[in-house]
Amino acid sequence: MLSMQIDRGLLQGAQFSPRLHRRTLMAAAFVALSFAGILWPGNSQAQAAPKTIEISNFSFAPAALTVPVGTTVTWVNDDDEPHTVVESNTLFKSHALDTGDKFSFTFTTPGKFQYFCTIHAHMVGTIVVEAGQQSQ
Amino acid sequence: MSKQNDDDSDGVTINRRGLLKCMAWAGTGVVWTLAGGIPRPFNLMDTAAAASGFSFVQISDSHIGFDKPANPNVTGTLQEAIAKVNALPMRPAFMIHTGDITHLAKPEQFDNADQIIRGANLPVHYVPGEHDVLDDDGKGYLERYGKGTTGLGWYSFDEAGVHFIGLINVMNFKAGGLGNLGQEQIAWLEKDVKGLSASTPIVIFAHMPLWTIYPEWGWGTGDAAQALSYVKRFGSVTVLNGHIHQIVQKVEGNITFQTARSTAYPQPEAGKAKAPGPLTVPADQLKQMLGLRAVNYEEGTHPLSISDTMLANS
Repeated sequence: MLSMQIDRGLLQGAQFSPRLHRRTLMAAAFVALSFAGILWPGNSQAQAAPKTIEISNFSFAPAALTVPVGTTVTWVNDDDEPHTVVESNTLFKSHALDTGDKFSFTFTTPGKFQYFCTIHAHMVGTIVVEAGQQSQ
Repeated sequence: MSKQNDDDSDGVTINRRGLLKCMAWAGTGVVWTLAGGIPRPFNLMDTAAAASGFSFVQISDSHIGFDKPANPNVTGTLQEAIAKVNALPMRPAFMIHTGDITHLAKPEQFDNADQIIRGANLPVHYVPGEHDVLDDDGKGYLERYGKGTTGLGWYSFDEAGVHFIGLINVMNFKAGGLGNLGQEQIAWLEKDVKGLSASTPIVIFAHMPLWTIYPEWGWGTGDAAQALSYVKRFGSVTVLNGHIHQIVQKVEGNITFQTARSTAYPQPEAGKAKAPGPLTVPADQLKQMLGLRAVNYEEGTHPLSISDTMLANS
């Protein structure tokens, strides 16, 4: 999924250059496909700093967070009560996190994601994932 | 919509002396009699009548596996609660456990709870709390306690002319929502009570409160009103819940709502803390905030008398 996004980006970039021959384009795509898997991990670490969300007093802090695509978000439960972190359409779903337990998820697609604690449904948070940060 | 009871001339009205006596008794427990729908306190030892009726016990929120400062010994306090059950002047017919048997739904936590609760040597009717169905949609809970139940584990049974209904409101939560019964269960409930005479006393038990106590903390059940519409026609409906680790009561028409104390740890009163988590109190106060409940019913009399007992000795 990660490499597919990079490839699409390269192809789109290439299409803007009228001088590029179709065959060259294909070759570029092939090279990109070959290297994307290797290059991606280093890039993601450099471009999207990991974020932490504290769970304390039955709330997510911060409850709303905006991050670039590729960001890994880690939730840490500081309460004496178990909590879960579950995206409303179950894009991600943690196990019950006891005190001190952590859960991480890497956001690879842009969008607005609502999540909640399935044990205490009044606990709700949102992550907005913004596109276009990778090329910076 | 609480209805005031004007019928105070029936000889059961508590006088000043009785009230003082009751307050003195409050060191060990308070008994509530439900006369005309309004719970009124009286002394358990004064009620010779209680010795002849049918009774059962409610325990709740034992949270076996919890080991935080609010109570590092939840097995010990559950054992004390069971000892209190065994010491009751009248042998109960059975117990109900209104959920959060365990803290994290781990098999060994269910095992430990079973072992302690078995000490009462009574049949036990369970409903799960959200802590009992954490990661597996209730599969582990249902394997143990789901025999003879419908859907996600709901059921009903009759004892001594009283119709008991165990409901599940801790599954399939929606983001931002309250406790949830779901349409399948509500449809089942409608059918379950359909053929019953309106004079049948009804006892409904479920983990989360079946009325909205404090939505900011999720203390309520979103679709409870629809479910309760099917029992409004009955002369006596008693709703017993847990979840909030303290006693809160409400009367609406013929329906009396009661939450119970936990056997594990107290929680703050609604809105009186940042969050509804475990409340750490001085060690000498803990057992005044934990307890169990005995419910007596005598055939031919509508009111069920409810006795909440603290774990603390007088």
